[in-house]
Amino acid sequence: MSLAQILFYAMAFIAIASALYVASSKNLVRGIFMFFVTLFALAGLYVLALADFVAVSQIVIYVGGILVLILFAFMLSGKETLDSLGRQKDKFVNSGKIPGLVLSLLFFAVMVTVLLKLNADDLGWIKQSVASGNVIKPTDNGIHNIGINLMTTYLLPFEAISILLMMALVGAAHIARKEQDA
Amino acid sequence: MISLNDFLIVGAALFCIGLYMLLTKRNAIQLLIGIELMLNAAILNLVAFGKFDRVNNSGQIFALFAIVLAAATTAVALAIILTVYKKYKTIDPGKVNSLKD
Repeated sequence: MSLAQILFYAMAFIAIASALYVASSKNLVRGIFMFFVTLFALAGLYVLALADFVAVSQIVIYVGGILVLILFAFMLSGKETLDSLGRQKDKFVNSGKIPGLVLSLLFFAVMVTVLLKLNADDLGWIKQSVASGNVIKPTDNGIHNIGINLMTTYLLPFEAISILLMMALVGAAHIARKEQDA
Repeated sequence: MISLNDFLIVGAALFCIGLYMLLTKRNAIQLLIGIELMLNAAILNLVAFGKFDRVNNSGQIFALFAIVLAAATTAVALAIILTVYKKYKTIDPGKVNSLKD
């Protein structure tokens, strides 16, 4: 087993375990901070998939932006939120949660079965790109190529998503503003 | 060399944890975290497949687009959560029964 594989299994374990903790903990703040750990482990997994730039953007946008926003909203929503959380049922599995648990476990079973049957490493286009050398190597510097592709092949989606981001931010500011007269 | 199946199975596990949170939580912020987990599972799959496209980088670039979309979604969803909290004094989606008075 190579070092990359050991790192992969360690990070996958950290990501899944902390995600399970987020799903099961009663304490919302602790859950949010464990979500940090999940996101960092996922960034590590992206690095192991040789997508350095995506990993860096993940850390900048998620950890720097989204989680701070979530904490901000959590602080603004006050004490009653904490109280209503404390009044929830204590156990991880109580009768209200069994349908959700069963549904998600069944969904997981279906997905794993399909993935094992699919055996993604034997897909035609993947074999083809391995044969033609179209695979990112650990020594490559991919950011240059990503920038060029972003400004040529994917220029239209890039512009569309920048407009969408601006619209979403303006809309969020509009929704969250103080009402003058209800 | 890490096999592609491993990435996909980790993605499936994270997706199902997000699905579980979405189905059982009674707090809008936890629902949002569940959605973020599911999005991250999808991004992991994009990135894992993107390794096999060196010329066009399609997987990585669409992963970047998905991250930006997640940021936009979160901003709007948190604005909605704050507005709902101002009106109902709770962020339990089960207790909110109308969006406009």
